[in-house]
Amino acid sequence: MTDFNENSKVEKKSSGQADINSVPFTEVEQPGPAPLASQAKGFWVTFSSMFKKNQTVQYPDVKAPTQPRFHGRHQLNRHPDGLEKCIGCELCAWACPADAIYVEGGNNTPGNQMSPGERHGAVYQINYLRCIFCGLCVEACPTRALTMTNEYELADDKREKLIFEKEDLLAPLRQGMLAPPHPMYPGMTDTNYYNGDVKEAHPSQGAK
Amino acid sequence: MTTAELLAQDPVWLIAVKALIVFIICVIATLLAVWTERRVLAKMQLRTGPNRVGKFGLLQSLADGVKLALKEDIIPAAADKIVFILAPIIATSMCFMAFAVIPMTGEVSIFGQQTALQLTDLPVGVLYILAVTSIGVYGVVLAGWSSGSTYPLLGGLRSSAQVVSYEIAMGLSLVAVFIYAGSMSTSDIVGSQHDNIWNAIVLFPSFVIYVISMVGETNRAPFDLAEAEGELVGGFHTEYSSLKFALFFLAEYVNIIAVSALATTLFLGGYHALPGLGFTESWLGGWFTLVWFFAKVIFFFFIFMWLRATLPRLRYDQFMKFGWKVLIPVSLIWILIVATLRVLQQEGASRVAIISFAAGIVILVMAASSLMERNKQKVRAPKAEGEAPDFPIPSLPQVQSINVSGEK
Repeated sequence: MTDFNENSKVEKKSSGQADINSVPFTEVEQPGPAPLASQAKGFWVTFSSMFKKNQTVQYPDVKAPTQPRFHGRHQLNRHPDGLEKCIGCELCAWACPADAIYVEGGNNTPGNQMSPGERHGAVYQINYLRCIFCGLCVEACPTRALTMTNEYELADDKREKLIFEKEDLLAPLRQGMLAPPHPMYPGMTDTNYYNGDVKEAHPSQGAK
Repeated sequence: MTTAELLAQDPVWLIAVKALIVFIICVIATLLAVWTERRVLAKMQLRTGPNRVGKFGLLQSLADGVKLALKEDIIPAAADKIVFILAPIIATSMCFMAFAVIPMTGEVSIFGQQTALQLTDLPVGVLYILAVTSIGVYGVVLAGWSSGSTYPLLGGLRSSAQVVSYEIAMGLSLVAVFIYAGSMSTSDIVGSQHDNIWNAIVLFPSFVIYVISMVGETNRAPFDLAEAEGELVGGFHTEYSSLKFALFFLAEYVNIIAVSALATTLFLGGYHALPGLGFTESWLGGWFTLVWFFAKVIFFFFIFMWLRATLPRLRYDQFMKFGWKVLIPVSLIWILIVATLRVLQQEGASRVAIISFAAGIVILVMAASSLMERNKQKVRAPKAEGEAPDFPIPSLPQVQSINVSGEK
């Protein structure tokens, strides 16, 4: 492969010095200014825009709905009888690339049954100053306990307020649910829970 | 009775009242102008603009002003303190002074005194405005220099170069008006247009040059090189905060209104009504002329907004080239033509001679431009088949061939 300058016939100036202008080139025609009529088109664009419907959403008054799968605030889900789905496995915390989740697991005892099976999440915190809403925690969750809602209004005036605790994240109690702790559905194992055999709370679960 | 004689009869208290009125008009017009600009610009960009403070957001600029006044006032350690404080004061006060000779109404009565809404009528009124606005540039230049920082210095330098070159074009475009009206007094120029056609039509090239150079003069888009946000942060007012910044802001808008008012006075018949609507001038005891005046000022202000919404900022060398190589030569030639026509008229030359001279000029211009056009076509003629490069090139508009081998 030959050097570019080797082939070119560079005419050196009389002084013998090659300057920047001695690089071989041919002039290329420039398009030049467009005719006035086409230059005036831009003025028509801005003028006619004045009479078009504007795109602004009057945000605090009008809230535009998000896309259905928008990544908003997290939610800790419950089984249909009210027991928590979270088993305190910390897979979400390990999956989190921003280190935003802190979990401490705890044992389920007969007097303190928070979730089906042996373990429950005793402490569950998500730091929304760190969270990047990537959803890897949701993918990591083995019990579908952690999902995301469409809620996006997460601004606040104190850093502490943006560390959400378990009670901030837990899904509300729906029809047929009982607030834990309470025993598991009579005659059901945790496997039955995951298979969806439990449809609602049994009256005996609420008895003290 | 001419306006000058009418104004000479003003008692001192009336002069004070008029000065106050002019000041209030400028300040309120600025507040409304900022709001109007933000709303209209928003409309042109499919947005809404400020609509929260007050009805339709009308009080937004007032709220912004209060906010600015309450902010911390910083004077940089490297700044020249006295000049730093003086600069915004110069910039603002000079803009207000330009308004003193603008005739805003015809003959009206203020508290029973027959007068016109014009502070004073100088025989060299328009020159006075040019002088005062160019002193206003000192505000910008000194602000840039005294900040003790690089970006403001560059902004100030740009601004001085810009205003000097566009001031020339502006002054030259006004010469044609002086020749035609036979006076430099603003009220006389308005009066001379009342009987004839507006100067904007008779002296159309002057009008176009003035409108272009007034945008350059006020540092507004697309000529806002002095405060180019993308290149110089904020230009000359980078280091300014609080009330001093507010003064520059005020100066910019008062200046816009002042040059628009001057354009109205010199080219659009001032406070007089549109042709055919002359009967409206006597409404409200003559005060309706104020409406006509501001309608025309708003027209110019709309042009300012429209330009800002449409055009990107010019590159600095293009901007200077445009000022010195296009605007100034064109206005010089135009003055030559106007002066010749005027002298021919005054010497009592026959109508045929004047018309044939004008026709000769028109034919010359057309011939010159068609020659230019033909030259262009020659340059752009497609090259012969054999000269086309033997490698594929992307199809660019109007580029026939690119030779990169360096051989002929």
